[in-house]
Amino acid sequence: MKANERRAPGETTFSRRDFLRAGGTGLSFALVFGTAGVEAFSAQAGRRPGESGFGAWVRISTDGGILIYNPAAEMGQGSMTALPLILAEEMDADWSRVRIEHSPIEPDLYGLSWGRGGRGNMLTVGSRAVSGYFTPLRLAGAQIRRVLLDNVARSWEVPLAELTTEPSLVVHAASSRRITYGEVAAFAEVPDELPAVAETDLKSPRDFRLIGRSVPRHDIPAKTDGSAVFAMDVQVPGMLYGMISRSPVHNGSPASYNEPEVRALPGVVQTTELEHGIGVIGRSVEEVIQAREALKIEWAKGAQAEGFDSEAALAGYSELADGERVEVRSVSRIGDPQAALGKAARRYRAEFLSDHVYHAQMEPLNAVVSVNAAGDGAEVWVGTQSTSGARAAVADALGVATARVTLHPCYLGGGWGRRSNSDYLLEAVHLSKAVKRPVKLMWTREDDIQYGQFRPMNLQRLEAGVDAQGRLMAWTHCVVGDGGGLLTSGVDIPFYDIPHKNIDRCTVSHGVRLKHWRAVGHGFNKFAIEAFVDEIAADQKVDPCAFRRALMREHPRALAVLNAVAEMSDWGAAAPQGRGRGIAFAERSGSLAAGVAEISVDDGKIRVHRFWCAVDGGIIVQPENAEAQIEGGIVAGLSSALLERITIQDGRVQQSNFHDYSMLRMSETPEIAVRFIESEERPTGLGETGLPVTGGAVANAFSALTGKRLRHMPFSPDRVRAVLG
Amino acid sequence: MAIAFHVNGKRVSTDSAPDTRLVWILREHLKLPGTKLSCGLGVCGACTVHLDGKAARSCILPVSAVEGKKVTTIEGLSPDRSHALQKAWIAEQAPQCGYCQSGQIMQAAALLAENPSPKREEIVQHMDGNLCRCGTYGRILRAIQRASREG
Repeated sequence: MKANERRAPGETTFSRRDFLRAGGTGLSFALVFGTAGVEAFSAQAGRRPGESGFGAWVRISTDGGILIYNPAAEMGQGSMTALPLILAEEMDADWSRVRIEHSPIEPDLYGLSWGRGGRGNMLTVGSRAVSGYFTPLRLAGAQIRRVLLDNVARSWEVPLAELTTEPSLVVHAASSRRITYGEVAAFAEVPDELPAVAETDLKSPRDFRLIGRSVPRHDIPAKTDGSAVFAMDVQVPGMLYGMISRSPVHNGSPASYNEPEVRALPGVVQTTELEHGIGVIGRSVEEVIQAREALKIEWAKGAQAEGFDSEAALAGYSELADGERVEVRSVSRIGDPQAALGKAARRYRAEFLSDHVYHAQMEPLNAVVSVNAAGDGAEVWVGTQSTSGARAAVADALGVATARVTLHPCYLGGGWGRRSNSDYLLEAVHLSKAVKRPVKLMWTREDDIQYGQFRPMNLQRLEAGVDAQGRLMAWTHCVVGDGGGLLTSGVDIPFYDIPHKNIDRCTVSHGVRLKHWRAVGHGFNKFAIEAFVDEIAADQKVDPCAFRRALMREHPRALAVLNAVAEMSDWGAAAPQGRGRGIAFAERSGSLAAGVAEISVDDGKIRVHRFWCAVDGGIIVQPENAEAQIEGGIVAGLSSALLERITIQDGRVQQSNFHDYSMLRMSETPEIAVRFIESEERPTGLGETGLPVTGGAVANAFSALTGKRLRHMPFSPDRVRAVLG
Repeated sequence: MAIAFHVNGKRVSTDSAPDTRLVWILREHLKLPGTKLSCGLGVCGACTVHLDGKAARSCILPVSAVEGKKVTTIEGLSPDRSHALQKAWIAEQAPQCGYCQSGQIMQAAALLAENPSPKREEIVQHMDGNLCRCGTYGRILRAIQRASREG
């Protein structure tokens, strides 16, 4: 197919007729999540046994087995269990009979538009899978249950209202009759239009059987015996191996290389030039490694990042915060903060810095791609957060219709935003296309760091003014750096009511590759905000928890979270000898969190002993997994706050592996306590919520312990020693 | 010259260059992908296997170094997830992304084989070379303690 045959926006590849052809024995339900809610249609399946149907969310087999498709990427956050669980809850399915499979890559069916309008996509980012799919999946489950009930009512000639369900059973109490969902599937007819179900028809959270219970995660057993399949593990017949030597300066290009010499090396099948590097394709991974080492590449001049020095650039950010020489964009503005600062009884000003941070997902980037001999189609195996976007990107790269690309989603050995980009997948497409054979492209850890996409370094300038009663009246915050919107997530303070505020972003450009990282900008912005609030409270001689309570007095849910962490940590009681405690609050992905860190310092090395965290995430679908997500966010946050740092000199990333890019280890991990606020509100995101409170809580604990302020993340021993003098 | 050794109780041999790292032989040649490659430098532990019963980093071991020796990978730890650590790992819901977990389990199994009742500090010291980006350390610790308790 040619590029111009690609489908137009709005046109669906999936027709009712396709669905009616779908196979399997029993009942299938297809439900389209539109922006206006659930548009549903359904069909009696089983007309062509053996043909694998697509488009169905749920299949009920006559033996009672229930297959539910998972539309989200599974990168350790547990969505592949949580989403089917939500559907099974309203359907009243027997969870022990549920099987889970990756849904096909059909964004029109399985995607969400994330509230921005437009068509859906299958993109697992921003801790939004459970919160985004929660209501649609509940409605879908309720509709399916209703169809089963309607069929039984008709068959038994009893009023619908007399029927109830128990897990995978329809019950008619008056006549003591019970029938399994599998038995119903054997005779049931599904109407062309599924019955309408409203949110008011859904279960009360008090009646949940699955949501809120600690149901074990579907993916975990396979992650204890090596059988879980990551893209790195895929092998296909005839597969070659590929590696790329990428420009040492981000976005640089090769000018020439010793092509004949490398092609003559044992096992080398092909070399190929990419915009940003030279690819080597060969028969075995070890031969490709050898051949890549033999590459001698001349790099063209002119990449923007050439000569870039990150430390020098960061040192110049303070001057840029004046906003005279760079683009300034307003993020949020209320009242007249400059006038209010002028009238303040006392003014504060502080600057905070954060360095570049690397994703460090444990599975280095990789993909297996098989472009067919004609070059007009491909099969790909990849761990991606963006299944529909990745598939479309491959189709675009080949100039073919999306339907010509088959994408097999694999488990992700960590995502953190790095795997929502398809750069590594498109490299594999390039390599496979060059040899018309399947190629497994692998990045080494060194590749992964040096051609990484970093959380941007930045400077935060904050100013504030308090009135004679010590109330915060004015607040200004300017964040300076590269990366546009990556800088401003979390820079606003929606739960602190300050009558006059102004929040700006000053943007520069360095040509260094940047990307979303866990919690995006919340990590550094909340550090700066929470440290600054703490500093003001200390100067006002007000307990920092009480000071925050006053700021958020109109926000009961935020207050409850703060109060919960104060209770958990026995806030106000003296810390053990030689230790200090600090508190911080942050919102992320709709959830609210408050954290308390307890630390000690030994020769500049900060040791976090304990960390308490209270979270309001609405209804908690999987409590044990939710707790694990918060723990993980805290560990990642502490790791970045204490240790993680990418620097660039002469345009080159200075770090190359985990020996010089340190991350938190078991011995450095605190005892962590997590509490969720009981709630019947809709779920909000949890994958990133533990992270933003960490930097501030540690910095504030340091101040409580030493009387000094930490202003530059990470709080490495050399910086801590310098602060302590 | 072929290099022969044992993997999970079976005799295997390879014609690959003797300096080829064991991790590649296991994963790509012997099709045992449970052992993971992450740093390639022996500093993260994802590639941990047992070499004659001791934990070893397969990403820095040249295959020539295992000639005649016995290698055990995660696939060979038990035939059916019945090893006490695998059961404990599931009970504690330890893995998140899961990529480091084969190495974590193999590292822990080497400890318990030598010291069935390790103290907390001994566990932490033994496991400190194994990185986990998802931050599952607390659950890994609890799982090892559980496996030690429940054997």
